[in-house]
Amino acid sequence: MSTSTDVVVTGLGATTPLGGDVASTWEALLAGRSGVSRITDDWIKEFPAQLVARLATDPAEQIDRVRARRLDRSQQVAVIAAEEAWRDSGAADAGIAPERVAVVIGTGIGGALTLLGQDDVLEEKGPKRVSPFTIPMLMPNGPAAAVGLAIGAKGGVHAPVSACASGAEAIRWGLDLLRFDRADVVLVGGTEACIHPLPMAGFAAMRAMSTRNDEPERASRPFDKARDGFVLGEGAACLVLERADTAKARGARVHARLAGAAGTADGYDLVAPHPEGEGAARAISAALRDAGLTPADIQHVNAHATSTPVGDTAEAAAIRSSLGEHVLVSATKSQTGHLLGAAGALESVFTILALREQIVPATANLDDPDDDAAVQSLDIVRHEPRRTTLTAAVNDSFGFGGHNIALVFTTA
Amino acid sequence: MSREDIQTGLAEILEEVAGVTPADATPEKSFTDDLDVDSLSMVEIATAVEDKFGVAIPDDELGNIKTVGDAISFIEKNQG
Repeated sequence: MSTSTDVVVTGLGATTPLGGDVASTWEALLAGRSGVSRITDDWIKEFPAQLVARLATDPAEQIDRVRARRLDRSQQVAVIAAEEAWRDSGAADAGIAPERVAVVIGTGIGGALTLLGQDDVLEEKGPKRVSPFTIPMLMPNGPAAAVGLAIGAKGGVHAPVSACASGAEAIRWGLDLLRFDRADVVLVGGTEACIHPLPMAGFAAMRAMSTRNDEPERASRPFDKARDGFVLGEGAACLVLERADTAKARGARVHARLAGAAGTADGYDLVAPHPEGEGAARAISAALRDAGLTPADIQHVNAHATSTPVGDTAEAAAIRSSLGEHVLVSATKSQTGHLLGAAGALESVFTILALREQIVPATANLDDPDDDAAVQSLDIVRHEPRRTTLTAAVNDSFGFGGHNIALVFTTA
Repeated sequence: MSREDIQTGLAEILEEVAGVTPADATPEKSFTDDLDVDSLSMVEIATAVEDKFGVAIPDDELGNIKTVGDAISFIEKNQG
């Protein structure tokens, strides 16, 4: 095994609150558009937090009806993003043996809409009316399995579950599979679709969600003094990874290199982040070492920054202690909302596009940065995207449970 | 209900559940080999048959229903 094996990104796919594919999502991000809206259904009336970031394009427009009816919404969006990434990579036409193609798709919650919907069926109509597809639609490995079937992957199908770090963790697993030569091509990513009263109530009960109901587009405001929680989003993002030599041999277009990755656990609290972001900083430092880079080599960080009061300051401390104050920080959840298990994958797509296009996306709604010393010390790009020379960037993701994942990407 | 009417109703179910083109839902067709209907979809079809025709298909009978014609015959024989 060689841990120095060069791994590159040859395909990208996404369906998000900003757009139904990568191009429209990226365009909307740079244009500063928000994917957040207020729920107007009757059931929301008693809810303190009424904002969500729904998909810009209904999956029904992108996936065949009969195919869709046996896939949970989280599986539908995973398949849509995966098929875009797979097409983008051109790997389908490269004659790669299916036994050498693997899939890693993470989800934070799994098929919650199916679980809750079928529970309604059980209560109202009895056990004989529960769908025979209930279990495959709710199981957390369902999205990975559905994607594996969609692209014909027989080299292994895996599903990391680490809350909001799941998508990033999937990318890290993909890197390991390639370094261990367990596959030649790995399709990785994350997915989530759980906009439903129960998860909304659960997150609200944790006091984790923004209640700025009258200003949907201004509610997700990472690092801002007036931030009051995250906005629940839905969607999926995928990447195609392969070893650089394989990609070169087949003449694949390379978006960026996945230079390194690392994961740590806080060992501090089930849901609260370590106040100084100790575990997060360790993950970033370890990912840099894995990539053979130093803090001075990194110009940009796509931060996890969910817009919660404690999470953002802990992350600012982690970025400052692990990378320093020179990096340009973006918090793109300000526009996409928080896609939970898809967040790390989507933000990796943004990190890759930033490197490829040499532009750092802006953090929306950052009108008045928090007084916290670490936040004040960081160069957070706001209001307008910033054009600059980029060669290496970090995407970090954290999940309830104390999961920390850091990924290092470099230009192709 | 005539066999033709049952076939029409069954074709509607097959289109809804499994995306089978109604014209393809002819008696000689095998659910698994010709129409690509898998075992879980057969369970859904059985539920829909019960709703539409008032005919319950017990699990041990479901395994014997291989073709569209088998299903039509079962419904015809057991309809009230």
